[in-house]
Amino acid sequence: MKSLWRFLPVGVFVLLAVFLYLGLGRDAEHIDSPLLEKPLPVFALPDLSDPDRLRTQEDFKGAATLLNVWATWCISCRVEHPFLVRIAREQGVRIVGLNYKDDGTAATTWLQERGDPYAFTIVDADGRLGLDLGVYGAPETYLLDAHGVIRYKHVGVIDERVWVDILQPQWKRWQSPGGQP
Amino acid sequence: MMWPELGHMAMILATLLALLLVLVPLFPTLFPARIARVLALSHAGCVLLAFAVLLKSFYDNDFSVLLVANNSHSLLPWYYRLTATWGNHEGSMLLWALVLSLWMALVAIGVRSQTEQFVSRVLGIMGSIAIGFGLFILLTSSPFERVLPDVPVNGADLNPLLQDFAMIVHPPTLYMGYVGLCVAFAFALAALWEGRLDASWAKHVRPWVLAAWSFLTIGIALGSWWAYYELGWGGWWFWDPVENASLIPWLVATALLHSLAVTERRDAFRGWTLLLAILAFALSLLGTFLVRSGVLTSVHAFAADPSRGLFILVFLGIVIGGALLVYALRAAALVKPVRFAALSRETLLLVNNVLLLVAAATVLLGTLFPLLMDALGQGRYSVGPPYFNLAVGPVLLFVVALLAIAPVVRWQSTASGVFIRSLRLPLVALLLLVPVLAYVLPAHDRLAAIAGVLLSAWVWVIVVQALWQRWRSSARMHPRFLSMLVAHTGVAVTLFGVVMVGLYGEARDIRLAPKETYALGAYSFYLESIGSRTGPNYQAVVGKVLLIEGNDVRAELYPEKRHYRSGGKPMTEAAILPGLMRDVYVVLGEPLDGEAWSLRVQVKPAIRWIWIGAAIMALGGMLGIWAKRRTDSGRAP
Repeated sequence: MKSLWRFLPVGVFVLLAVFLYLGLGRDAEHIDSPLLEKPLPVFALPDLSDPDRLRTQEDFKGAATLLNVWATWCISCRVEHPFLVRIAREQGVRIVGLNYKDDGTAATTWLQERGDPYAFTIVDADGRLGLDLGVYGAPETYLLDAHGVIRYKHVGVIDERVWVDILQPQWKRWQSPGGQP
Repeated sequence: MMWPELGHMAMILATLLALLLVLVPLFPTLFPARIARVLALSHAGCVLLAFAVLLKSFYDNDFSVLLVANNSHSLLPWYYRLTATWGNHEGSMLLWALVLSLWMALVAIGVRSQTEQFVSRVLGIMGSIAIGFGLFILLTSSPFERVLPDVPVNGADLNPLLQDFAMIVHPPTLYMGYVGLCVAFAFALAALWEGRLDASWAKHVRPWVLAAWSFLTIGIALGSWWAYYELGWGGWWFWDPVENASLIPWLVATALLHSLAVTERRDAFRGWTLLLAILAFALSLLGTFLVRSGVLTSVHAFAADPSRGLFILVFLGIVIGGALLVYALRAAALVKPVRFAALSRETLLLVNNVLLLVAAATVLLGTLFPLLMDALGQGRYSVGPPYFNLAVGPVLLFVVALLAIAPVVRWQSTASGVFIRSLRLPLVALLLLVPVLAYVLPAHDRLAAIAGVLLSAWVWVIVVQALWQRWRSSARMHPRFLSMLVAHTGVAVTLFGVVMVGLYGEARDIRLAPKETYALGAYSFYLESIGSRTGPNYQAVVGKVLLIEGNDVRAELYPEKRHYRSGGKPMTEAAILPGLMRDVYVVLGEPLDGEAWSLRVQVKPAIRWIWIGAAIMALGGMLGIWAKRRTDSGRAP
């Protein structure tokens, strides 16, 4: 009986290894949004550059759009930002910014300093829309088709690899107003 | 030139040599055991060559090498070009392999007192780790990959955060510690393999553990110091998964050191010592896995690469799972019961061991908790500093309270009368200290501060008493005893810093226009101007802040915000007025309306004590190695 205790460490380790294995399978790109395949929730939030103007889910209709959740406090967003600027300029991708739980002044300065890839930026200062969308953190990007339906969600930084391998094909697929593959 | 290909070949050869090294002890009839030392040295030579080639590629700005193109830049000063070698995943894995091969070479050269068979087994076990890392590098993380034929004109630059002195020395030091624990791991497994363990085994392992532990201590302290002045938040510990990954093996290695002392002096705790030797290295491997696979770090911070993660996990399963299984099956043969009294150094060290393991397990649990919950489908959690401070803090405080009395507790048994008598004077000294502290310390949090400082002083006074007694009785002090006193003093020094900074650190986020003043405690911050400056590879906005104490200007501080030429990420460079009893810390934030800027000003009492204490602990560790060498060369302890 006493010697069975010596198997405790290896037992604990096996258990741990199983969890780590499951953790590995937890692919960042496959985190589901509760709203996948559903239209964007109803909202009315101010525009960053023109606070008197309210933006709503209607502003997403007509063309496939990337809804990019960002904030000035988010370090990874700094990494991501130049790439967004690039695809917006070079490939004409329509990106809408969701400035999440942020300071409006800092956000404006950020866009002036680093370039503005966004068609417009929605101010979600208290994170209400983020909550409805099921945002885990920033950066996070939603792909919406031309009818404003959420088709894909990417958690984490968009870089060359993510764009070419994952998002760009999806974006092309949902781009046309007829919108079916 | 084909240098990178040469490096790649060297790495393949190194892995093959490691494979041979494993075969030597497995087939003793085929290979003479002595050949293991030669193989270990040649393996180290090959890895060193591979590493040197990578250093050369970085130094020469060879942007045809993908890793160089991604992590360096021709404008980077030469020393940062060299350190950029390990400022990335592939290079740091190669550094890991290099450090492992160096430890193997040291074992091959340094271990003279054991049988050739034992040495070949130790090296074979280390060699199996080297195979794992060699394959990992070759198959999933080759640093020598080329970008041909379109060689970039210039590189993407080294992350500016890593362009820093502490970053040059932090990773190698930390790795020396992490990987150094492999020696004790291999010694433990070799002993289980032989089915033989004696007191001389412990005596020979201890210097290796002391060396690794000292490196680990310094490495962690360097990381903490770097985070303090470079990240711009003014904190010294963040309970970040990467930090925890180094703290967990440190706690277990600390337990191992103390358990080894018992095994060496009293031939007890054999099972414990073997288990801790395996666990300490297992946890440093696990730390590498957690950091490198991206399984833990939030998805937002790191690019998760499942193929790498899976490789390391399988490797971990074989190494750790295998080692623990060997322990479970074979430890019984080596364990023997030893009796000791309730009030004895053995008991004290046993309690200390348990507490340190509890602390390590608590940190591990907190670090893995989000992962466990996610795997169980319980949603996403994040575990922050409040958990760690609350769960780990008290355990460690208890460890300190116990380690203080180590000098007055003897092996086997201590008469309770003697024990109480030797604590009388220190307790009186502490009582006398209370009114002094009550007078000196600020009003808020005074009780907690007094308790904390008293705990630190509790260690001090007993150390001083021990030194005084030895000096009075002119008894020769064994260097090992001295090393213990020194290391324990280091803990007390660190604790003092932690208490003071934790309770009396002040931080304010303020808005300041030029010619305005902000008062914080005894200091006033006067923003004289905002200017600019050009560095070797960056443009900086520089604030000039006068630090005023009373009516005098104490210092001129120049916090900077740097825009590196090659990347768009601005970096804050804190201006720090260092001091033994307090640091003043100013960070330039963002430009606000008009001329005004946001600034973060902080006063950090006694924060340097944290790192000085760590340095003293490491010094104690090194004294311990010296003590062993002295007793080796003739005189009995």
